[in-house]
Amino acid sequence: MNRIMNGLAPLVLLAVLLAAWEIACRALQVPAYFLPPPSAVAIAMAMDAPGLVAAAWNTLSVALMALVLASLLAQAIAVTIALNELLEHAVRPLASVLQVTPVVAIAPLVLIWAGIDHPERAVITLAVLVAFFPIFSGAVTGLHAADPDLERLFDLYQAGQVQRVLRLRLPSAVPFILEGHKVGAGLAIIGAVVAEFAAGSGGIRGLAWRILDAGNKLQTARMLAALMVLGLMGVVLHAVLDRLEQYGLKWWRGR
Amino acid sequence: MDPIVALDQVEVDYPDRGRALGPFSFSVAPGEIVALVGPSGSGKSTALRLLAGLEGPTGGSLRRDLGRGETSVVFQAPTLAPWLSAQANVALPLELSGMPKHEAHAQAGLALDRVGLAAARSARPAQLSGGMAMRVSLARALATGPKLLLLDEPFAALDEITRRTLADDVLKLWAQSRPAIVFVTHSVEEAAYMAARVVVMTRGPGRIAGEISIPGELPRPQAFRATPGFRQAAEDISTCLAQDAGDVR
Repeated sequence: MNRIMNGLAPLVLLAVLLAAWEIACRALQVPAYFLPPPSAVAIAMAMDAPGLVAAAWNTLSVALMALVLASLLAQAIAVTIALNELLEHAVRPLASVLQVTPVVAIAPLVLIWAGIDHPERAVITLAVLVAFFPIFSGAVTGLHAADPDLERLFDLYQAGQVQRVLRLRLPSAVPFILEGHKVGAGLAIIGAVVAEFAAGSGGIRGLAWRILDAGNKLQTARMLAALMVLGLMGVVLHAVLDRLEQYGLKWWRGR
Repeated sequence: MDPIVALDQVEVDYPDRGRALGPFSFSVAPGEIVALVGPSGSGKSTALRLLAGLEGPTGGSLRRDLGRGETSVVFQAPTLAPWLSAQANVALPLELSGMPKHEAHAQAGLALDRVGLAAARSARPAQLSGGMAMRVSLARALATGPKLLLLDEPFAALDEITRRTLADDVLKLWAQSRPAIVFVTHSVEEAAYMAARVVVMTRGPGRIAGEISIPGELPRPQAFRATPGFRQAAEDISTCLAQDAGDVR
């Protein structure tokens, strides 16, 4: 019973908020270009459905591809620097610089490098840059989080550095890496959307382009519809990755 | 017989907390069981790391007549890799020593049989009780057939009944291959029960406060704890510890 209530609570709140919005718009006669009522947004969403789905897929596929690339890159670099302490000292500050640089600020540069004909390359690159850090940071932390007594055990049997990384540190890092992917996936979507904005209209027909396009035409209901699809996509992706993380941890821990 | 490991006037200083041990002279003969007893901070664990070759002394000399894989350590916690089954955990040191995987796993299976965990081969550490996990840790230490087995307060986290059973198990396992055993403990009773020789250490920096021989055969016969020899030995160890504490006061 409690579980049902807990599940219903956010839906009830949502319904109340939407109702208040609808009533306020009608009662105060807010112009539709300023704030359309939720019913208008729902209509825009339904009318636009095929286009929105296609745009959502464009954004999602870019984010997922970026996540895969960021995952491979981050783990490869983390493992490589785990093999050599000096290398780690060299790489970590650079990685931090990457983390604190806003993606919007590098976007124009990446767009130039990708070439005017290939904005999609720029968008993927930017999404990779954003998704990279949490995975990298998780992996680096995890690679240092092995049980010190297990480390001593490896000392005792004079294990080599490669053996130590592959058989002790990398498996110890799994929970941290899983968490990094969860955070990274959310950021990959944000990175993809921001990059789409920077790329401007036309090149990449993702959700950001739908928002820009509708905004230029002052079709506020369509803007909100695209925004809601974006939010929904984020929530679903987060839920899926949360579940995957739980399965991953269960597999790692054996229960 | 020549000792397999000997510490001669050894001192260990740590940069941040000063002297932890020494001067400390101590040697272990093949096959003997020695207990190191002392208050917290007496450098018992430091002494154990020296014996394991995991650390070097700041001063004095350390001689170890042991090859790679001939020393095993059982830590305070079971220290098992959570992502590996019990059998894979036990096989790990064998594989690290270069044994082929299938052979290592076969030998690990036998080692688990010996500690009474034949049914738990595929269990993960999270599925084991504290006592069972400690047994897996013991099996891992013994699987390599060590000449020197070091135990660092191995039963500290377990309940009294489990501790007693494990003490008997360790002695039984010792009787099969007779490695030298050095174990660190807070428990006077455990020291007197398991060891043939008990070395009492002073408050830090650790030095030797006294040495007590425990009469009687190993593994211990039933009701050994009720014998006058055991009681006298336990009393002597306690007195030795109390004297050191009195000196400080």
